Amino acid sequence: MFDPAFSPLRRAFALALPLLLLGGCDAVVMSPTGDVALQQRNLILFSVAVMLLIIVPVMVLTVLFAWRYRRGNANKVYEPDFDHSTTLELVIWSCPLLIIIALSAVTWTSTHLLDPFRPLERLAPGVPVPSDMKPLTVEVIALDWKWLFIYPDLGIATVNELALPVNVPVRFAITSSDQFNTFYAPTLAGMIYAMPTMRSELNAVLNKPGDSWGYSGNYSGRGYSDMRFKLRGIEAADFDRWVAEVKAAGGILALSNLVELVKPSERVPVMRFASVEQGLFDRTLNRCVEPGKPCMVDLMRRDMETDRGHAHAHGVPEMPPGRSAEPLIGGKPKPALEKVPEEKGSGPNVTAPAQLDPRGALEPGSAHNRDHQ
Amino acid sequence: MTDIHLKTIFGRLTWESFPIHEPILFGTFVVVLLLGLAIVGAVTWYRLWGYLWHEWFTSVDHKKIGIMYVILGIIMLLRGFADALMMRAQQAIAFGANEGYLPAHHYDQIFTAHGTIMIFFVAIPLVVGIINFVMPLQIGARDVAFPFLNNLSFWLTAAGAVLTMVSLFVGEFARTGWLSYAPLAGLAYSPDTGVDYYLWSLQIAGVGTTLSAINMVATIIKMRAPGMTMMKLPVFCWTALCSNVLAIAIFPALTAAFFLLMLDRYVGTNFFTNDLGGAPMMYWNMVWIWGHPEVYVLVLPAFGIYSEITSTFTGKRLFGYSSMVYATVVITILSYLVWLHHFFTMGAGPAVNSFFGIATMVISIPTGAKIFNWLFTMYRGDIRFELPMMWVVAFMLTFVVGGMTGVLLAIPPADFVLHNSLFLVAHFHNVIIGGVVFGLFAGMVYWFPKAFGFKLDPFWGKVGFWGWVVGYWVAWTPIYVVGLMGTARRVRHFDDPNFQPYFVIAAIGALIILVGILGFVMSIVMGFVNRTALRDVTGDPWDGRTLEWSTASPPPAYNFAFLPVVHDLDAWYDMKSRGYARPTGDFRPIHMPRNTGTGVILAGLSLSLGFGMVWYIWWLAALSSLALLAVAVGHTFDFARDTFIPADVVAATEVKRRTLLGQGG
Repeated sequence: MFDPAFSPLRRAFALALPLLLLGGCDAVVMSPTGDVALQQRNLILFSVAVMLLIIVPVMVLTVLFAWRYRRGNANKVYEPDFDHSTTLELVIWSCPLLIIIALSAVTWTSTHLLDPFRPLERLAPGVPVPSDMKPLTVEVIALDWKWLFIYPDLGIATVNELALPVNVPVRFAITSSDQFNTFYAPTLAGMIYAMPTMRSELNAVLNKPGDSWGYSGNYSGRGYSDMRFKLRGIEAADFDRWVAEVKAAGGILALSNLVELVKPSERVPVMRFASVEQGLFDRTLNRCVEPGKPCMVDLMRRDMETDRGHAHAHGVPEMPPGRSAEPLIGGKPKPALEKVPEEKGSGPNVTAPAQLDPRGALEPGSAHNRDHQ
Repeated sequence: MTDIHLKTIFGRLTWESFPIHEPILFGTFVVVLLLGLAIVGAVTWYRLWGYLWHEWFTSVDHKKIGIMYVILGIIMLLRGFADALMMRAQQAIAFGANEGYLPAHHYDQIFTAHGTIMIFFVAIPLVVGIINFVMPLQIGARDVAFPFLNNLSFWLTAAGAVLTMVSLFVGEFARTGWLSYAPLAGLAYSPDTGVDYYLWSLQIAGVGTTLSAINMVATIIKMRAPGMTMMKLPVFCWTALCSNVLAIAIFPALTAAFFLLMLDRYVGTNFFTNDLGGAPMMYWNMVWIWGHPEVYVLVLPAFGIYSEITSTFTGKRLFGYSSMVYATVVITILSYLVWLHHFFTMGAGPAVNSFFGIATMVISIPTGAKIFNWLFTMYRGDIRFELPMMWVVAFMLTFVVGGMTGVLLAIPPADFVLHNSLFLVAHFHNVIIGGVVFGLFAGMVYWFPKAFGFKLDPFWGKVGFWGWVVGYWVAWTPIYVVGLMGTARRVRHFDDPNFQPYFVIAAIGALIILVGILGFVMSIVMGFVNRTALRDVTGDPWDGRTLEWSTASPPPAYNFAFLPVVHDLDAWYDMKSRGYARPTGDFRPIHMPRNTGTGVILAGLSLSLGFGMVWYIWWLAALSSLALLAVAVGHTFDFARDTFIPADVVAATEVKRRTLLGQGG
């Protein structure tokens, strides 16, 4: 619904807020290459234009009244008891009300149409998704502090590099190992949180080939600033070549090395894996990456079975108690009050100078990357 | 002494906890220590301890407590702004191969401390301080409903601020962002002292803020002068009432969230952990159920300040008083219904997101009505552009832009591209600086002569004004732009050199704001130096309209020799136009609360409890808790809580004032 059809509106916006577009900077949010981000951009321009209908008059009137009714102006009308006018009050309340009614209608429809979970209906303005076209599935796992992309249909995986074929709908399944991050590729579509134990989804399509960057939008600890990935839009034909390249390069992502990859590291260079063990995304989601850890989904199923009809029938002896799982890596830290004196450790004041070459760049998973070590 | 003994006595406090290995920080530490010693020395030399203790620290006088709150807010503003300058400098230089001068460990503490300090220890103390000073005078009362509680609230807030400041030199502050989101703030990912400092400072200060809010609401409901019905209540008091009602409702949610996080960290529960059934998202909900209304706790009183100033300096009754009151009440109610807009991008689903988006936009209707009301108060007015009024106009021009970007962010699909970007950061600085900070400065300039009997220096005041206003626009416009370039918040280092010019401009803007802050400080200093020339003996330097201007400046301890009787909305304007005559005799002894040191002692014990818990010094925490309980219970047996100001003292004070006014003895 927010097609470039209202280009006059855009012109009005460009005239009214030249500051924002100053110098033709790389405002990717304003010039995206994905259809979803484009609709979001158009929505921004439309809403700003509607709001300027009231903001500009208010600003002009403020300056005008301030100038006209200054004490130094002898020719003004001064009415010290003018404090009420039903007509004016009606106008005062109804003007913002009308604007908000208009914006609410737009909000309701656009929120539903652009819901990240909603499968795409079009590839571009006026180009519906062909009925025989299956979306490409990409599983995204936010790790500390890098991005893992698994292409389950293609059997490959990458770290910090997301290659997408142009004009093919993509369905992202998103989760995280430890922290709340957001999966944010401004040229492609809006961001969505990547959260441990939760699965979010994003449907999007890239319309133009070209490279850009994706980020995490939510601060997630020490390596957050450099937690970014290269987003590569590739023509469909070249994409097959890229997949073949990845497959040719070798490397396997299995549970055994995912355990290592999950550990915190910073500035991780692009990594590619020619083949991927199945179910890694679900294992991360269910926190059963380390060998011997039970999957949350199994525990929950067991709980349901145990409890149904037998309110007090806990304790099938060999089961871990309750709806519980263990931390992804290692055991649960000992809470402060349970620590014996020797375990209290030391609370350092660490403000060491900047490390120009953090070890994490070279040693993914190095213990030195963890905040408290 | 073995390790076990040391750890039992000092917990996790070791030599490592002090920045002896870090020259810059250690230098700052030494300078602060020396300055502190110099102040202590000077106070001792001039024998001011007794004066400070009896006249200020133990005072239950709402005016003095209000002034102490404002002083605390200004001191913490300097700290919070130093953090801002450090961040701006880092972001201006850290491009490509240049890592900047702050490692992640330090930078992350700085942005956390900046946000925490600016909201909890700058904005809240300034707002509470101004309400404390002005509101009882405006409603014609002699003090607040619970004077001792007021003193205790202030000292608890101060204790929280002190604990935060201690973290600068002993241990470290949180590296989790100003709301310390779970799971990052959980024990598994933040085992150091930082989050514990954060939690204990804010819990202690939060108790103070909650108690203060209860106090203010009780005061406004129960202690208005005879004749002052609710619809004759000055608008500032209405906004103070709504703000404090909000605070009472929301602070328990924050306290509960922090308490559960404390349990996670200290006793090993799993409320907000990733594992073992924890729900970190619940923490986000709880802190934002506090966090969004908190914005209105701060901005509503600022709206009240703008209303009072506009009415006074246009020489007009406020346009649309009742619609202003309804707008305030509507904002109060709606502000509870919008918290989810802080995480639309968690994917709650389109129906939920639309509801919270539209609810958020609806708030802009009463807010817009307020803007129009100020506009039409100016219309057909006789506007004197003195400093407070200049702040109002700057506010109106700045705030509407922030309001617009706010409504934009309330549209979920737009928020999906702008959320957690620097655009969002620019938006909330736009409304908090343009709305709250400008209002607080306007209020401080406006009521300063009431508190001290002389005006602030106008030249330096204008330097402060222009520094803030120009600095705001120079600093934050480029941040809006880099937000549209897809830059996330809290980033320490960039690769794309295209961003750099914008961050350099933003850093220059921050320096211009520094000029603004120094200008304000200078306007106090030069105002004090030139106090004879700037003195006001009338008590009504701006030709005010509400009751606070009917008393002397500074007001006597009892505020009003006789409680005023109110007949009209602008009560003092009404009294002036009817030819009000000051009382000349028949004075009676005035019943007043007595000073007490219990507040200082309780806050000090809370501070040592917090410090003990942060550092795992269990014996200190246990002793402090016992002592807290004992002193609090002991205080209930203190029956000598009141005192009378004798009639002849009142008479002498009033005669002196009439002499000053030239009305004879």
